[in-house]
Amino acid sequence: MSKSSISSGLRSNVFAGFVVSLIAMPLALGLAIASGFPPIAGIIASVVGGVMVAVLGGSYVTITGPGNGLVVVLLGAVTVLGEGDMQAGYLYALAAVILSGVLLLLFGFLRFGSLSDFFPATAIQGMLSAIGITILLKQLYVMFGDLETKGAALELLLGVPALIQTLFTDGSTGQWYAAGIGVVSLLIMVFYSKIRSRFFHLVPAPMWVVLLALGFDAYFSFVGVGNPISKSLLILLPENLLGGVPTPNFSKLNQPVFWGVVVSITLISSIESLLSIKAVDKLDPQKRRSNTNKDMKALGLATIVSGFLGGMNVVTVIARSSVNVNNQASNRSANFFHAAFLFVMVLVFQDQLRRIPLTSLAAILVYTGYKLAAPAIFVRMYQIGKEQLLVFLTTLISTLLTDLITGILIGLLTTFVVHVLLNKAFWLFSRNLLKPNVLMYKENETQNYYVGIIHFCTFLNFYKLKSKLDKIPQDERAVVDFSLCSFVDHTVQESLQNYEELFERKGGALEIIGLDIHAADSGHPFAVRTLRPIKKLRVFGGGRTKRQLQLEALAHEKGWSYSEATKSQKRMLRDHPVYQTTSVERVYNLIEGPKKRLSLCDIHYSEGAFIAKENIQTTLLRVQLDKEIPVFSFDRELLLEKLSHLAGIHDIDFPKYPEFSRDFYVQGNDPKKIRAFFDDKMVSFFSAYGFYHIMSNGKELLVRQFLRPATPAEAAAMIEFGLALKEKIDG
Amino acid sequence: MAFSPNIQANVFEALRMSKMFNASLVMVHVGEKTNKKEAALDKIISNFDGAIPDYRVLWKAGNPAEVLLGACSGENADLLILGAIKREGLLKYYLGSVARKLTRKAPCDVLLLIKPSVDRVACSSGVVNGLAHPKTEEAIDRAFYVLSSLGAQKLTIVEEIPEDSVAIKVDDDRSLRKSTIAKERIKLRENSRVQGLLSHIPKSIKENLEVVVQPIFGRRGYSIGHYARVARADLLVMNAPSKLTLWDRLFPHDLEYILSDLPTDVLIVR
Repeated sequence: MSKSSISSGLRSNVFAGFVVSLIAMPLALGLAIASGFPPIAGIIASVVGGVMVAVLGGSYVTITGPGNGLVVVLLGAVTVLGEGDMQAGYLYALAAVILSGVLLLLFGFLRFGSLSDFFPATAIQGMLSAIGITILLKQLYVMFGDLETKGAALELLLGVPALIQTLFTDGSTGQWYAAGIGVVSLLIMVFYSKIRSRFFHLVPAPMWVVLLALGFDAYFSFVGVGNPISKSLLILLPENLLGGVPTPNFSKLNQPVFWGVVVSITLISSIESLLSIKAVDKLDPQKRRSNTNKDMKALGLATIVSGFLGGMNVVTVIARSSVNVNNQASNRSANFFHAAFLFVMVLVFQDQLRRIPLTSLAAILVYTGYKLAAPAIFVRMYQIGKEQLLVFLTTLISTLLTDLITGILIGLLTTFVVHVLLNKAFWLFSRNLLKPNVLMYKENETQNYYVGIIHFCTFLNFYKLKSKLDKIPQDERAVVDFSLCSFVDHTVQESLQNYEELFERKGGALEIIGLDIHAADSGHPFAVRTLRPIKKLRVFGGGRTKRQLQLEALAHEKGWSYSEATKSQKRMLRDHPVYQTTSVERVYNLIEGPKKRLSLCDIHYSEGAFIAKENIQTTLLRVQLDKEIPVFSFDRELLLEKLSHLAGIHDIDFPKYPEFSRDFYVQGNDPKKIRAFFDDKMVSFFSAYGFYHIMSNGKELLVRQFLRPATPAEAAAMIEFGLALKEKIDG
Repeated sequence: MAFSPNIQANVFEALRMSKMFNASLVMVHVGEKTNKKEAALDKIISNFDGAIPDYRVLWKAGNPAEVLLGACSGENADLLILGAIKREGLLKYYLGSVARKLTRKAPCDVLLLIKPSVDRVACSSGVVNGLAHPKTEEAIDRAFYVLSSLGAQKLTIVEEIPEDSVAIKVDDDRSLRKSTIAKERIKLRENSRVQGLLSHIPKSIKENLEVVVQPIFGRRGYSIGHYARVARADLLVMNAPSKLTLWDRLFPHDLEYILSDLPTDVLIVR
């Protein structure tokens, strides 16, 4: 790296760190207050996290600090452990924070980087939405200046009309002002992205909220009345910010409830961090892959230090990280600068900070909570499938009624029961859960990575597939084949889509094959129970798989027709001697050229019958010719050897082309005509495309490459080959 | 041999097999010899197309596994042919307890057929393991012999390389690059080892078969079975395991993966 690029890189990272610190400050204060911690605890977590993870972490453009997912558990910890005494509860909670840091550090060393992959995506979503709703409801009260009301989500929800009514009947002027600032702040948060003004967007929304509060205070000081909002509704900071470190209280170490808190904190912070790291990796303009285990260790260590200093958990946070990326951050130093600016700002402006009303910070959190439980999330769940909505709502409601751990476990159980019911087969899971089910190798012929999956693939065993996928360089091509897999769930499909994006960003490709038939196969006697549910679980729009959409795009690009499911094609192969004994189960994904002279389709056929029956799925190219040519088969591996059983057909030698003769098997019943057909031009053409298996019945050619469906790229290559072949023969 | 609906297919496969290897066939029926059974068997055999090879029938009552094991050593058999059972409706083949016992204890090679057929279904490709194991050379020899006798065209030698032979853990781009390079190196080394094994095979046998070497990084015993399924091989040739105990049944590895879920016909070389 040259000197100038370092300095320009440094400049952009300093700037990005500064912008992030503007958002981080109000968020850190607000999250700490909402968690029942003193406001400064959030700043401590941000500063310690920013410095330590910048030095030790394994990701690149992430920002660390207090996380919104933890608000609910931490508040729970403070109330439960303190048994009503918030200050005592805070000291107990600090001990829990420290121990969760130790666990995170351990996870890092044990390489548990993929913990969040063991939970169904929908259940995690449900749990996060429950957290969102809880934050929203609790902070709504604070936003209206009510610090007293406590209770479960449902009580809080039912109490909202009374809350507003009380404000109108008994509200003091100070409370009115505070609530007013809160509501205006919320409006700023909601409409920030909708206001198109460059000036307005120079300052991030949370900072506008702070500026509003400070402006309000300044106005009243200016007119000489003093801030009408009572002291209890303003941020409370210690007199000396750098002194007086609290001592964590470890005396509840022997109580199960303490460990329950530790486990919840650890679970939520690792899930939030991993989800954020995954999401930020997709934003990184330099396309780097984060070392999640290294990051976990750094987060764990930072959490321990933060806990001892009286701060909250340190997690990776998505919103601040994405602001960081948008401001051209390029490495971990941005995280460090965010911490540094935050530290300086709090020291310099502590007097101003003490004038910010809690209601304006609560407004920021109400908006954050709303984001986690937005109606759009519910709609998306319904679109993916009714059963996903069921899992989502079950998790959400049980999390609200019980606690996070119970909630997510109920979600996990519900997902599993839904899978069993969809498949009407418990054995599929019970018998195969512990067996290995993934094969990965590099295909000799194409140098593609082939990944095959059998039995089933759901959140229960996705880690097996994931560990293989992680070992494929993402600038290569990978083919993931589900044709032998009976059941694939939503969690896997969503994660695979993530992989597709990662591969694409790095210049490689990950293609999924063998899923199309799952959707269409409802008429199949064996397949019905295990394969049909996939149709309902589709994530890729309109009931079609991504491959189908790509094939359709391929057809449209050429101006050809595409149809997903076609009927009455059973006789399609009968005219070919090789396929006389096969029975075509179905033909699907048919792409047809003008006048149907050239067509490409996926075909599912079986050979033999009863117990000797073998099902084959492959992609066939059909080229109809204008000219009459001899009947022959062309093949490198003799996979079409069955022809030799038919009378009068034998291997043909080409004395003129010894190499061609050695490398390929050409079979037919009329050696003279076939030798005449394979002239110089044909020999060199066929040799160049030796990886195809080609059969001619005199009037049409069938071309096949693999005994599996072709990926969209391979399909496109086949069509080009077909066009060239027709050109060569018909002239 | 039992009088099940499959008997005709089983008998025909055995007859064809012994014809191809120029071997004599001993059919063993565990149970009483009755005239009815004898007549039924004669009728089935008379339906066989083509010359009937030299065969004998052994009728003996008792514990099936013990009778068959006794017959193997008594008759000095080279190959024991067993039919697998298909789990109803599940599209899966597995071994019954008798067959499993035989697989473990037989003194000779064992051929497990998953889909015996009355008509001849040509065997076109085979897969054999290429593990670094003292028995591998013999297994590869046998695979060449059997597949060329059956008139197959393709033999894939699968080297299963344990995942942990690459010491580098993949965490980020750098470690991934390192591990990919390390894997390529191991592949080259393994390939040259297999080529060494191949150099002992007589040319006359090698000529008729297309030989492909496929290294796979993955769980031993499992990957080769899955590969055989994906490659749609007709025969999988494996080394016999050193010994199988109850422990191995509880914690399956190597051959157990294949035995619990047969991907194709399997020949176990002892």
